[in-house]
Amino acid sequence: MQQDASGALVHKHLQDLDQVVIRFAGDSGDGMQLTGDQFTRTTALMGNDIATFPDFPAEIRAPAGTLPGVSAFQLRFSSFDIHTPGDAPDVLVAMNPAALKMHVKEIKKGGILILNTASFAPLDLKKAKYDKDPRTDGSLDELHVIEVDLEQLTRDALKDSPLDQRSKDRSKNMFALGILYWMYQRDMEPTIKMITGKFAKKPDVVAANLTVLRAGFTFAEATEVFQTAYRVAPAPMRPGTYRNIMGNQALCLGLVAAGQKSGLKLFLGSYPITPASDILHQLSSYKHMGVVTFQAEDEIAAVTSAIGASYSGCLGITSTSGPGMALKAEAIGLAVMAELPLVILNVQRAGPSTGMPTKTQQADLLQAMYGRNGESPVCVLAASTPADAFEVGYEAVRLAVKYMVPVVVLSDGYIANGSEPWLLPDVDQLPAVPVTFAKPGQPGQKFMPYARDPETLARPWARPGTPGLVHRIGGIEKADVTGNICYDPDNHQHMVDTRAQKVANIQNDIPPLVPLGAATGDLLVLGWGSTRGPITSSVLKLQARGHKVSAAFLRHLNPWPQNVGTLLRGFKRVILPEMNKGQLAMLLRARYLIDVESFSKVNGQPFHSEEILTHLQRALQEIEP
Amino acid sequence: MTTAERPPLSKKDYKTDQEVRWCPGCGDYAILNAVQGAFARLQKQLHETVIISGIGCSSRFPYYMETYGFHTIHGRAPAVATGVKVAHPELDVWVVTGDGDAMSIGGNHFIHAMRRNVGLKILMFNNRIYGLTKGQYSPTSEQGKVTKSTPMGSVDYPFVPIALAIGAGASFIARGVDVFGPHLEEVIVKASAHTGTAMVEIYQNCNIFNDGAYDGFTDKDVRTERVLYLEHGKPLLFGSKQDRGIRFDQDFRPQLVSSATGDLGAAYVWDETLDNPAPAMALASMSEADMPVPIGVFRRRVRPAFETLVNAQLEQAKASKQETLQELLLQGETWVVK
Repeated sequence: MQQDASGALVHKHLQDLDQVVIRFAGDSGDGMQLTGDQFTRTTALMGNDIATFPDFPAEIRAPAGTLPGVSAFQLRFSSFDIHTPGDAPDVLVAMNPAALKMHVKEIKKGGILILNTASFAPLDLKKAKYDKDPRTDGSLDELHVIEVDLEQLTRDALKDSPLDQRSKDRSKNMFALGILYWMYQRDMEPTIKMITGKFAKKPDVVAANLTVLRAGFTFAEATEVFQTAYRVAPAPMRPGTYRNIMGNQALCLGLVAAGQKSGLKLFLGSYPITPASDILHQLSSYKHMGVVTFQAEDEIAAVTSAIGASYSGCLGITSTSGPGMALKAEAIGLAVMAELPLVILNVQRAGPSTGMPTKTQQADLLQAMYGRNGESPVCVLAASTPADAFEVGYEAVRLAVKYMVPVVVLSDGYIANGSEPWLLPDVDQLPAVPVTFAKPGQPGQKFMPYARDPETLARPWARPGTPGLVHRIGGIEKADVTGNICYDPDNHQHMVDTRAQKVANIQNDIPPLVPLGAATGDLLVLGWGSTRGPITSSVLKLQARGHKVSAAFLRHLNPWPQNVGTLLRGFKRVILPEMNKGQLAMLLRARYLIDVESFSKVNGQPFHSEEILTHLQRALQEIEP
Repeated sequence: MTTAERPPLSKKDYKTDQEVRWCPGCGDYAILNAVQGAFARLQKQLHETVIISGIGCSSRFPYYMETYGFHTIHGRAPAVATGVKVAHPELDVWVVTGDGDAMSIGGNHFIHAMRRNVGLKILMFNNRIYGLTKGQYSPTSEQGKVTKSTPMGSVDYPFVPIALAIGAGASFIARGVDVFGPHLEEVIVKASAHTGTAMVEIYQNCNIFNDGAYDGFTDKDVRTERVLYLEHGKPLLFGSKQDRGIRFDQDFRPQLVSSATGDLGAAYVWDETLDNPAPAMALASMSEADMPVPIGVFRRRVRPAFETLVNAQLEQAKASKQETLQELLLQGETWVVK
């Protein structure tokens, strides 16, 4: 037993851990996302590495207490470098029977279950489809169960508050947060600051939330049921200034940064769609940075208005998710044909059709590559972590304006809403994004809209309003150089080849694929997008055990870096975990005639590192003598 | 070189070196001529003018105008043009579209551009047929129309584009006719002067697939008796002797008046700036068979344009908050690792 200098922890254990996985689960209205977010911010400020995974239903408010209404937030923090929000939670906070039912089977064996016992009446159990009370049927025997009546405790704490009962009950998530803050010895100040700021106009609400938060902390400290508090030391991180960032946020900042560096005005045309809407929201708050946002009447107007903006000399951007991508296909083809820069953000979700809007997937790769009529090549990039989305957004702008080409950025729900600490870049060190507009023409000189840069094959970007450059472009095939309508067979072949070559030329402009580990070996694990985290953690484990395993992650999906084929050939086997039915694996097999093995998972949930690890171990047993 | 030093632009300065490829006899030639005439009258600068079109016969228009031009995809021209106009409000942006392009596949963009009052001049060529796809009925074709896709006659009820524009809240709505060149040119000049969306429906004859669609009131021998010229501040009179007119009853139903019946003085005095859309709607919805066909300006309302409001917010935001890129990145809670 340890004793704290202040005496506060007398008779309580204080144990050091190197990492903890916590999952908050409750009704959609229980404030689980906010609770998780607060724990995350506080923990980030305390210097731990952290990764988060919000998992919520598409319904805004499903009926209270039911299984479809359960919303969860998982976070993992540590004293070392981590790559995923963890697989099985060490601690589950379950706010009602439905949350318990949905998540209990995933808790680590011997893990802690903090169970709100306020709503375990027969009707509550029925809503959660429990035949028997799980607290008494033995099903929780292997867990360390801590039963707490959050509602009663919250009401007790607020007996002097002028708020009505419903409002009081709404702050019970703060009681749970207070308990966790004690258990993991977190600083309450950042949360206190946030609550005070957020409800500045409602002092009673501020007072109630703070009272309940502190009551939760004190309760855990004082009562016998909580025997142990845990410490997780800060993680060693590269020096610099950090903030916690979600994928959608980072993507927006990357675009704004590139806009500022290039001197281009950003124009976002967008139609609300889960899980991409936050991009529209965030860019709408950057008006002071000169960002124009246009909430269009539909997905098609969103992309075509962006094309119009690009045509007029701004950088047109459109943000969407899979179903919206399908609607934008024809317009993206127009941007290919008109050879205009355009950035298309696809925050992928589980499909097809409406699918599962709040669940993650990577099944829009082939759609991004080929989902248009005709030979219609575009550049395709993928963000792999929330912070990586900044660099990918930036790179998308750079390539779009340099090559006069549409660039699709693939993110996914897991990256969009997940968060991690982000080492802020020094804006002076960001690469230049040079933009050249065609110069005013001289009288008597005819402007050639499809005359090309010999190196990149990009055509000139001629802004309407510039004297002497009037010209016509469109979706009809045109003669190279002059841009006049042309149905000549040889010209069409030439233009198809030229548009393809222009995209292929980007290969000369991107870094080679650098593996994590040796450039040759027994097994290469290839990834793209958000599988990076679980692949990294499983490959690092195997490398530490002495296996000849490497990992590599593709940011540029079209074109690929030049050395992809060489790298793949350096390994006995190549395994590619993807949250689709093997789309990149198929492309790589077709291109390199290498037996890239797909490891597919398409259930709307990200890979657990454990399942990748198990799969790789099996493969290694077959390879290694 | 300033505008003043340049020789004035003539109609032919707006012509391109591209061969015009509409069918001989198509009404589009007359419209092209009227637009070039109006642009020359207004001395529109070539490089400041952008013409954006969708798909269809009419949408070939940009290739024949020596301005900036963008021939986009089916139905989407108003949305592309919205991007251009919002990003660069100083440009003079025109949309050329047809009844299929604007009323059918692009109906959504058409109504929303008008609702927002984007500063676009929309020329909607209405020939009541699909020409480029070789003769299917369009959303403005009359019920019973026999075409390749409706061998037993179309059962669709048609749109009245002017009524649709009124419903969508367009701030300037007018109608012209391909064969009434000087009048059409005048309407285009008025549309050009308008702030916000100007929607001009242009009745256009497709001599291949829907020849004579408008003969009932455009033929030389009937037009003076069948066409009602809307003139702001003047009574609704028509006929060679201006001896017939239109008044509205208490239910806003249009009724004929005439000097013969002695009630010509009751003819309604046209006010295109009226807040109340009812008179314009009543005229737009009149039966073409029984009543004169109104052309000219139906509505002209002063409202700030969309792009003006959008850019005013931008300026307001810039004035109230200055932030460097580095400061923007530093938003929220940050911490320093040494």
